[in-house]
Amino acid sequence: MSVYGRGLRGLAIATVLTITAAFALVFFYAPLDADQGFVQKIFYVHVPMAITALCGFVFGGVLGAMYLRTGERKWDIRSYVAIHMALIFGVGTLITGGIWAKASWGHWWIWSDPTLTSFLIVMLLFATYQPLRFSIEDPERQSRYASVFAVVAGAFVPLNFIAVRAAQAYVHPRVLTLAGGNLPGPMRLTFVIALAGMGLLYVTLWKYEMAAKATRMQVRALRRALLGEDSVAPLKRSAAPS
Amino acid sequence: MDQPQAIELRGLVRRFGERTVLREVSVSVPTGATLAVLGRNGAGKSTLLRILATLLRPHAGDIRVLGEELPRRGFAVRGRVGFLGHEPLLYRDLSGRENLGYQARLHGMTSTRVEEVLDAVGMRERADEPVRLLSRGMVQRLAVCRVVLHRPGLLLLDEPLANLDPAATELVAPLIGRGCGATRILTSHDPRAALAEADLVLGLEGGRAAFLTEPSRVDSDSVARLYA
Amino acid sequence: MRENRAPGTWQTVVTVLRKDLLLELRGLETVPAMVLLALTTLVVFHFGLGRDTIDGQLAAGVLTVTLLFAAMLGINRLFVAEREQGGFDAFLLAPVDRSTLLVAKALALFAFLVVLEVIAVPAFGLLLLGPPLGRVLPGLVAMLVLGDVALAVIGTLVSAIAVHTRARDLIGPIIGLPLLLPALIGMARGVGPLLVAHGSSWPPGKWVLILALYDVVFALLSYAVFDFLLED
Repeated sequence: MSVYGRGLRGLAIATVLTITAAFALVFFYAPLDADQGFVQKIFYVHVPMAITALCGFVFGGVLGAMYLRTGERKWDIRSYVAIHMALIFGVGTLITGGIWAKASWGHWWIWSDPTLTSFLIVMLLFATYQPLRFSIEDPERQSRYASVFAVVAGAFVPLNFIAVRAAQAYVHPRVLTLAGGNLPGPMRLTFVIALAGMGLLYVTLWKYEMAAKATRMQVRALRRALLGEDSVAPLKRSAAPS
Repeated sequence: MDQPQAIELRGLVRRFGERTVLREVSVSVPTGATLAVLGRNGAGKSTLLRILATLLRPHAGDIRVLGEELPRRGFAVRGRVGFLGHEPLLYRDLSGRENLGYQARLHGMTSTRVEEVLDAVGMRERADEPVRLLSRGMVQRLAVCRVVLHRPGLLLLDEPLANLDPAATELVAPLIGRGCGATRILTSHDPRAALAEADLVLGLEGGRAAFLTEPSRVDSDSVARLYA
Repeated sequence: MRENRAPGTWQTVVTVLRKDLLLELRGLETVPAMVLLALTTLVVFHFGLGRDTIDGQLAAGVLTVTLLFAAMLGINRLFVAEREQGGFDAFLLAPVDRSTLLVAKALALFAFLVVLEVIAVPAFGLLLLGPPLGRVLPGLVAMLVLGDVALAVIGTLVSAIAVHTRARDLIGPIIGLPLLLPALIGMARGVGPLLVAHGSSWPPGKWVLILALYDVVFALLSYAVFDFLLED
């Protein structure tokens, strides 16, 4: 499983470069928004983070489905890392969203906006992922139940957005419409680079954590093989698959 | 000539997380024979039975039960195996008759058959009382009824005579005892009783097969070591 | 009847459903508790809101939350007999399609919810609701039925997940509530316009559609994954 380590350095460099480029564009290239002024720039962090988080959840669901199909532990580990990474990005989204909202609309939170509400519901759901895992002691069952959860919750993400969006007018600034975006040129370029940077960051962190977990497992297996069963202390009960 | 084997295990492995509960267990049981499984608590006896009952999936090894490969063909085995575990698997608020009626319908059996087994264990009169009001011996008798209701060819009995007095033991003997005609795998806390019933004995120690022989060739030292 | 013919799918559903309804009739624990909780919740709302009558979207929200609380009780109790008395083994040993357990349990939960609503909704009409219920009853019933399907399906799924966890009574609600939110939103928003004096007598099509879509998708999804929850 050192496959995760392969290409990690290249990926990390690409991520750093893209993010640096994005920051440069945000500060020096993208025009100031007429209504919101400088504060609007947080949009280039907030929205890519939101999109990445949501894609991460759906990605976690797909990986969970692979586990259910094949029964191979590695898919469950991938699914776990994908979801908990997406959760971190999600928390970042909520925080940056709050900052943006407070600065531009005067409130930390607004209910009349379906996008915010949908996102909150998704976060509330996925926040139960780790408690669920932690409360199942049998490791195989933990993986299986977590994968079932990942699949159902992953399918829930798009459905949730449809349902909540149907509920009324929105205050949230519309970023991407069906027409392909109502962003003016320079803003669109900056946004795309920022989105790419965020996506790369997610993938890099995912691979990084997978590599760390895989290595740890290999070390344990080697110790067990060379020094006998007793040289390796049994893992404490945990939410993470090992 | 090769007798048909009711059970063929080769290298069965079952893990629980990082712990291995059954390691490389191999045994063949001819049709109609009785295998006694001896071992301490935690040696893997119940796990072995549950795997054969298709309640647990094996993690490695070749397993054939009644000619069907597990876990792939588990569904083909299900209606042909009778499993008697530690729990009677009866709903306490339903009567014996209702419980057996439920089981019968799940297995495609008729109510005539229900009456038949109730009669065989002498529980016909008290079959309409809720199970929670019955003594443990009676509950065990009903459990035996549940197990043989669908006329399984293979019986998996985990401590079948627990809670049964001698009279009740005699009643259930034709159904699950040596002469019942089915292939039997049984575990017991009493090695001597198990040895008396068996054609083949498997000793499990720490998940591994410590010995596998005929009862006459089992020496008391090996048995003592198992339970030490 | 020929013996030992494995029962068909629908036969199995009926067998398991009959057993569960019989158990509930015998024990009479879950449904009365659900009804009582709903009635008490209505009283709490009366005091909490400080109003004698409510209408419109507020009333719809109160009704939805009340039904939800009571449903949570039913959901937590759904697999209690299996949990306490030897688990799913008896069912798992039978030569039947395992997903039938989902259908049977969801139908049982649906039945409990119907009984609950037959008592709680008129009570709501009497105790808290301003406008009369009679005129909007068909529309209201339609929304409630769609909502009950969602509660039944998700409730069964979540309850089955919770059976094998340590924090049993906690896991069910915390996973179930977010999953149910779109359905609850749909139910509340669909019912809101009905509970207004001289309002429309049929729920807005948009919400009926969303709720129906939710029901179909999650019913199919739950059916697909349920087997994985039972195998070992």
